[in-house]
Amino acid sequence: MMKPGILLDVSGLRIEGESGGQWQEIVKGVSFQLDRGEVLGLIGESGAGKSTIGLAALGYARPGCRFSGGQVRFEGRDLLHMPENELRRLRGMRIAYVAQSAAAFFNPAHRLIDQFIEVLAVHGFADHAAAAAKARNLYARLGLPDPAGFGQRYPHQVSGGQLQRAMIAMAMAGDPDLIVFDEPTTALDVTTQVGVLAAVRSAVRGSKTAALYITHDLAVVAQVADRIMVLRHGQTVEEAETQSLLHAPGQEYTRRLLASDPVIRPERAAECHLLEIDNLSASYGARRVLDAISIRVPKARTMAIVGESGSGKSTLARVITGLLAPDTGTLCLDGTVLAGGVDQRDRETLRRIQLIHQMPDTALNPRQKVSEILGRPLMFYKGIKSEAAAAQVAHLLEQVELSPALGDRFPGELSGGQKQRVCIARAISADPDLIICDEVTSGLDPLVAEGILDLLSTMQKQSGKTYLFITHDLKIVAAIADTVVVMKNGEVIEQNGRDAVLKNPLSSYTERLIESVPQMNSGWLDALIAREGADARNPEDRRFP
Amino acid sequence: MTPLARSAAGPSATGWRPSFAWMKVLAAAPLSAKLGLFIVASYVAVAISAPWVSPYGEAEIVGSQFEPWSARFLLGTDNLGRDMLTRLVYGARNTVGIAFASTLLAFAVGGVLGIFSAVAGGWPDHLLSRAIDVLMAIPQLIFSMFLLTIFGMSVPVLIAVIALVDSTRVFRLARALAMNVVTMDYIDVARLRGESRLWIMRREILPNILSPLVAEFGLRFCFVFLMISALSFLGLGIQPPTADWGSMVRDNATLITYGDVTPLLPAGAIAVLTIGINYLIDWFLDKSSGLREGQ
Repeated sequence: MMKPGILLDVSGLRIEGESGGQWQEIVKGVSFQLDRGEVLGLIGESGAGKSTIGLAALGYARPGCRFSGGQVRFEGRDLLHMPENELRRLRGMRIAYVAQSAAAFFNPAHRLIDQFIEVLAVHGFADHAAAAAKARNLYARLGLPDPAGFGQRYPHQVSGGQLQRAMIAMAMAGDPDLIVFDEPTTALDVTTQVGVLAAVRSAVRGSKTAALYITHDLAVVAQVADRIMVLRHGQTVEEAETQSLLHAPGQEYTRRLLASDPVIRPERAAECHLLEIDNLSASYGARRVLDAISIRVPKARTMAIVGESGSGKSTLARVITGLLAPDTGTLCLDGTVLAGGVDQRDRETLRRIQLIHQMPDTALNPRQKVSEILGRPLMFYKGIKSEAAAAQVAHLLEQVELSPALGDRFPGELSGGQKQRVCIARAISADPDLIICDEVTSGLDPLVAEGILDLLSTMQKQSGKTYLFITHDLKIVAAIADTVVVMKNGEVIEQNGRDAVLKNPLSSYTERLIESVPQMNSGWLDALIAREGADARNPEDRRFP
Repeated sequence: MTPLARSAAGPSATGWRPSFAWMKVLAAAPLSAKLGLFIVASYVAVAISAPWVSPYGEAEIVGSQFEPWSARFLLGTDNLGRDMLTRLVYGARNTVGIAFASTLLAFAVGGVLGIFSAVAGGWPDHLLSRAIDVLMAIPQLIFSMFLLTIFGMSVPVLIAVIALVDSTRVFRLARALAMNVVTMDYIDVARLRGESRLWIMRREILPNILSPLVAEFGLRFCFVFLMISALSFLGLGIQPPTADWGSMVRDNATLITYGDVTPLLPAGAIAVLTIGINYLIDWFLDKSSGLREGQ
């Protein structure tokens, strides 16, 4: 029998997923209990089954999945065998769900407050004025600017972090007993993430609401969870109180996750510059996105470009590669001035600058085999064909630590980390001087990302390539960069050696970027909020009044 | 070979392994797909072997007008005393052949221009898109009647006119599909490598939009068919004495007044082929969307 007070009791949960007509177990007997007012963090790599478990707490299995065993009891009632109409009554009111992407969650054609009221109206609360008052109340509690007027906006009129908080407000509409947060901050900048984390915490702290918090970032979950459960391949690795898990992990896998912060490599001084950018400005239509940028990129070193989204860092990459022609200013590679647009550059110049994209899924043509993807640059730049190319492709795959047998596969048959390695192999197959890495690790699990960083730095040691590393993750900057450029609203606001920038930031913006990186101790968020005050908690609100 | 057919062979040659896998795929196909395949295959077989399987010559007058069904004339004779069955068999050859040629041409022109438009962007895209809009603003049938009147009624002109009219729809589809692919990072990668526009169109975009295009090919094929029949019925399509299903309905329409179903047979032939082709397309769509899921 269950103890009284236990809200959610998951025991021996098994879920199967279908792939290619076969059912495979993706959750293999997971059990946990959740008291009222308690927050349990579920953490693991992609494919660990954490989102699937989160949805099971709503009695829901995604299309292509089915429950094959175990129980999910909410207040003693089995959700897995509950009729659909009863489930529907629970969902949204007693059990709420916060998805990863708020942009996909909201209907762009309706005002935020109307969508909020609808949640209550669907469940039979007809008093619109009371519902609207409740919405304003929650907006204020979650620290949204102008709570009275906020709901009158449409989803596209507010920033990503604000939208995420509006979604949390909607989840709280029915005063739920349980909220499932499914990676609510994964798609956000570090500075925006702080605001959303604060909102998540004020949603669960001091109320009787329990929560499941799903993430792959241990430092994030340490800020909000009372207990943490580590999952891998659909099984529980371990479950413990947050403090004891952080300080005395019981399992090897947990230790690896805890230590998954990248290894810090020493800063190296530069001898000469490979790329000189002078007074560069660029715009999309009438909107100026880069304003008089001047940067010196040191040869055979790693330069990091950091900044929030919208600061122009990816645009800078597009201008350097030639995808976007600049309005004014010059780009100088090894003493030669580069033509603005990609069509005016000769093949040799194009070869010398290679770009690795953030999302390997869209950077690889799904209809070309890996061998074709890697073989084409060899053939295109060096005229290497058929058998010689096949040998080279195998060598390239070995260089990025992949099995040469993968050459025969389509990108869809590879994992995220493998795809990114193929992208790296494609970039080095051209034997470039400059490789621009645009957020190459942000879509990957921490352990996989660490592998990619290792690979890149090993290759730099061997071949002396120059990296321009665009990222918003200052942990990566601290680990691999030699010099750092900080960008804000299309301008360079700081440019210096890595240690100088990180240890003695000159601007408050840089300081805030550094402070917003979640630390692996549970008091970090509290300390940050206490130090900065309520205003700094949601720095983006000042930018979007 | 038309450009489209040639480029279509490129990706399939690299994507499909030469094996007996297709036989397995065929065996696993649903009944509707097998039926569709059977219908299409038998039409093609009949069309090819028309001179051998038909009892009489295409335009040969072998009996008196409107003879009833008999052992000598299995489906009776038409308004001039020609054998209906023979005309039906030859009609498959003419109507299906012309429909296939026009659809192929429509896809070659519309597909290439559509993908080009998406890749080029800017003013070439605007120019092409607006020009196509203008063409589409004119009602299809009236526009083709107009062109046929100007250029005269011969089979090549007929094919060209129908292809032109139909390529506008293909252009729209190909451009829309290619637009989705053009925004992908791997197109940027190809551009940054310095690849030519043709290579990007053929190797990066075409393989990714091929399955919806092929599906559309089947559908448009049916429409072309109906259009040829409609034009023939109006006297602007395939000219006598060449047998064709549309004009066969027109020539023998009076028989319906007497409760004879013979004039409906060519219409039925069109209907059955349309159904067969659509079964095949459904199956193909099913297969290719399954492929897309796995990517």
